[in-house]
This record gives sequence, C-alpha cells and structure tokens, in this order.
Amino acid sequence: MTTTAPTRSVPPGRYGFGGVVAAEWTKLRSVRSSVWTLLVTAIVGVGLSAIVTTARASRFAERSGALRATFDPTRASLAGLFLAQLAIGVLGVLVVSAEYSTGTIHDTLSAVPRRLSVMSAKLLVFAGVSLVVGEAVSFASFLLGQRILLGKTPSASLHDAASLRAVVFGGLYLVLLGLIAMGFAWILRHTAAAISTFVGSLFVLPIIASTLPSSYANDIGRFLPANIGTVMLAAHTHDPSQFSAWVGLMLLGVYALVVLVGGGYVLVTRDA
Amino acid sequence: MIEVRGLTKRYGDKVAVNDLTFDVAPGVVTGFLGPNGAGKSTTMRVVMGLDRPNAGSTSINGRRYHDLAWPLHEVGALLEAKAIHPGRSAFDHLWMLARTNHIARARVDAVLDLVGLTAVARKRAGTFSLGMGQRLGIAVALLGDPGVLLFDEPVNGLDADGIRWVRQLLRRLAGEGRTVLVSSHLMSEMAQTAHQVVVIARGRLVADTTIDDFTSRNARRSVRVRSPQAPRLAEVVTGAGGTVRTSDDDSLTVEGLDAARIGDLALANGLALHELTALSSTLEEAFMESTEGDLEYQVGGGARATPPPAGAS
Repeated sequence: MTTTAPTRSVPPGRYGFGGVVAAEWTKLRSVRSSVWTLLVTAIVGVGLSAIVTTARASRFAERSGALRATFDPTRASLAGLFLAQLAIGVLGVLVVSAEYSTGTIHDTLSAVPRRLSVMSAKLLVFAGVSLVVGEAVSFASFLLGQRILLGKTPSASLHDAASLRAVVFGGLYLVLLGLIAMGFAWILRHTAAAISTFVGSLFVLPIIASTLPSSYANDIGRFLPANIGTVMLAAHTHDPSQFSAWVGLMLLGVYALVVLVGGGYVLVTRDA
Repeated sequence: MIEVRGLTKRYGDKVAVNDLTFDVAPGVVTGFLGPNGAGKSTTMRVVMGLDRPNAGSTSINGRRYHDLAWPLHEVGALLEAKAIHPGRSAFDHLWMLARTNHIARARVDAVLDLVGLTAVARKRAGTFSLGMGQRLGIAVALLGDPGVLLFDEPVNGLDADGIRWVRQLLRRLAGEGRTVLVSSHLMSEMAQTAHQVVVIARGRLVADTTIDDFTSRNARRSVRVRSPQAPRLAEVVTGAGGTVRTSDDDSLTVEGLDAARIGDLALANGLALHELTALSSTLEEAFMESTEGDLEYQVGGGARATPPPAGAS
C-alpha cells in the first residue's frame, strides 16, 4: 500500500479504448470456458464436415442422377459449420451473460463507466477471435473435405472463385451469428434465455415458417438465418427462391446490427 | 468527497431511496447505517454510476461518476462479495480491471499482498471462501489507490481476525486523508470503526452526525452490573439518578448512568463488583427509538417526500 497525500495525483488525460480492449482480451483468455468453447467450435466444425464428406463420398455412386448433378462439393465440405455455429453462439452469449451472472459487470462498469466502450471492446475482441477461429474452421473443413471427396465425387478448389467466396463467407457466417447471439445476451442478460433465443432463431423459426402456406413460406423463409447460411456456404445455389450469398451476408449483418443496437440501448438505459 | 443531493431511486413502485442528501468528508471513516433494506446498497450503486437515480444527483470530487477521467484512480468500491467469475483467478480479475485504467502489474501484486491473497492469486476464484472473496473485493477497491472508497458490508463472511484487519485498514485509509464510506446494519460494528455516521431508514435520512452524538441521542444504553451486594448497589444507583430496569439475585441492568459512573459509585460505597458491562443496543433497537411512528408510505408521482397522513401505511 502506498501512502499518498490527501490530494492524489491522477495520470494525465483519461482512460482510453485501448485499455478497455486489452481488458476484454484478458477476460476472454483468462477463463477456461472460452478456450474450451473455441476448441469445441473447431473440433465440431471440422469433424462434422469430415464425417459428412466421408458419407457423401461413399454413397455418391448410388445416388440419383439429379442429385449428383446438383451436388455442391463446397457446401458438403462446410456442413460442420452448421453445428459450429451453436458453439460460437454460446461463446458470444457467455462473454456477456457471465458478467451478469457472476456480478463482474459492476467492477467492469465501475472501471469503465462509458458503457458503450465496454460493449464495443467486447464486440471487437469477440469478433476478432471468432473471425480467426471461424475462417480457420471454414478453410480446414473445406480443404479436408475436398481431400476426402477427391476422386469419388466432383470436388472443388480454392482457385474457383465461387468456392473461395463460400469458404470465406463460412467464417463470416460464424462471426455474424456469434454477434447476433451476443446481442441477445446484452438484451436479456441471462445465459439460458439468450442461448434459447439464439437457438430458437436458428432452428425454431424455420419450423414455424414451414407451417405457413407455401406462398408465404418461401417469401419469409429466405429471410431466416438458417436459410441464409445455406446459400452463403454454397458455391452454387440452385434455388431461385433464396437470396444470393451476398444479399444473405448483408442481411445477417443487418440482423446483427439490429440486435446489437437493441443490446446497447438496454445497456445504456437500464441499471447495471 | 462524496456528495449526495436529493437522491430518489425507485424500483418499480417501490421507493428504495427517498430525497436523500448528505456529504461524506475525507479523513474520517463514515459509517453508513441502516437496517437491511434501508437503501444503503442502492445509494452506493447510484454513487458508483451503476444505477440511475429517478431524481437528484451524486458526485465524487465534484464530478459525476460517468465523467471521471480515471475512475479507478479516483474511486474504489466493494459492493458485493465474490462478484467474480468462478473460473477466473484473483490475479486475472484484478489485472483485467487494471488494464482499463493503466494500472501497473506491480500494483496488482501489491494489492494482492495487502489483502493476503498472494498465495492463492493464481487459483480459480470459484474455490474461494466468502471471506477470501471479500478480501478480493477490497483489493479491487484499492487497486487504483483511490482517494474515495466505498465498502458495502465489508466484514460479512470474515472471521474475527479478518474483522479486526478490516477495521484497522479502514481507519488507516481514512488516516491517509481518504474519504471512506462503510455501510453496516450493525451499530456495534460501526461504533468501533466510524467517527461519522449517516443513518438512513426506509430510504430517508435519519441522522448525519458523529457516531457519539447519534448513539447518545438514540441508542438506549444500559449497563449490566453484577455484585454480591446487588440490593445495596441498586439503592446507590437510584440515589445517583440512575434507573434500575431489571434485577435478580446478584445482577442489575441500569440505565441513565454510564459504566464509569457506576464503578465510581461502587468504589465510593465500598461495594464489590463482579461484572460491569456497557450494553449498547443494536441499530435496529436504536431505530425503534429514532424512527418511531415513522410509517412507510408510497410516493406516487412526485419524488418529494411530504408528510404522510396520520395513520397511513
């Protein structure tokens, strides 16, 4: 303990965004659950992609001509990302909801009273980490998958612009879904509630949409994150009722923005 | 210096703090007293910028919390024990806070040492006892070496040694010229630590004075005396203006005279004393005195407190 005079000297200037980002990085890497969740994202993503491509490769000859004609080797090799999205979503929720469930949020906001700084820093660190992990999972899935498919089915290469676009979008898809999950956590402040809402938006909305008359189902269905993912992760889309991959990317970006703006509003206006 | 001005905070239609005004000056320990639910924690949360008041304002060194340039260098607070991720170590919890306010790693080690957690600093905090969590919370408060400190029930969960340590720490911090506000629902706790008290009940100010003044004015103080010549002692005490409240074979409870006076009287009259204990009433008891007839009432639209109609509840 230093003994200091009653009038204490405070450093010049004021606290800045860099320190807040550094703190968020320390938070993320100092908890085992975040490291584990990222590991699960990678293992589940690449692992499931390998399983799906292996199954496709072994059965391809038995399949009908129509199915073989529309087979998209890129999309098949990225199948694991549809499971990886759950793990990344859970992490997106946890980095926010754990602050509330543990009460750490009080220390966090006492150190950084400008709340949107905390939110931006958390968002930046999570987006950065999930971008690295997401792209790594997407590229690894693709490269491993194509190796498995090679010679048994048509296969794809990164030299093909459409395949490269799909693989890059695979990583971005994971980042955007993680950010949507994070937005739910800022709004709801509760782990289970945010994860349920996130999973519901992915898996329950399509079920609800499928009960609508088919004329509406297509119009509404293409706005659902799950369907957007399907086109984003495909090199070739054969379904004219869906949006293009680029429109899908923008839509997901808009969804993430809307949910995060809602989360920021709750953060700033509600008591911590 | 902490300033609270006309602070009103409602949760739903429950009024937690009602038009509360007081200052906390540097250099002395100020006890923040009130029964559980009186609004102490709410007030501290508003001062720390965590909750937004419905009316009124609070400031630290003349500025709103939100406007502090280096919050941790100016204010430190222990608001709740064990508010830490169970999977994160004490060191990492302090280090991540330190990074926001440009506090050196050496300072993190120093506060860990100060609160006696160096040996367990790298262990996951989920393994901590309540007392260790409390010590970590104190380390958080002291991290930026701030001139203003708030502690909400800091001795909860601490053993006797821990309680003594906290008392000494609080006095030392105040002695260094810092502003120290410590909440407690126990009068006895504050009597040994605080010099100044701010007392609230049901969200409203009851007293803002020195602890001695508050105690002498509100707490019913009595002295328990045991003597083999109890009946004779009772006569002497009554003759000197005291009131004997209860008596049995050899012990008396006396009000209106302090322990020293009773001891002197016994000596002067050649009476043996086997026990002479000053009994201070609990804060809750003091409250029954100081807030008697003060009925809880609801504030509708206006934040200002107006006297409730007689008999309203």
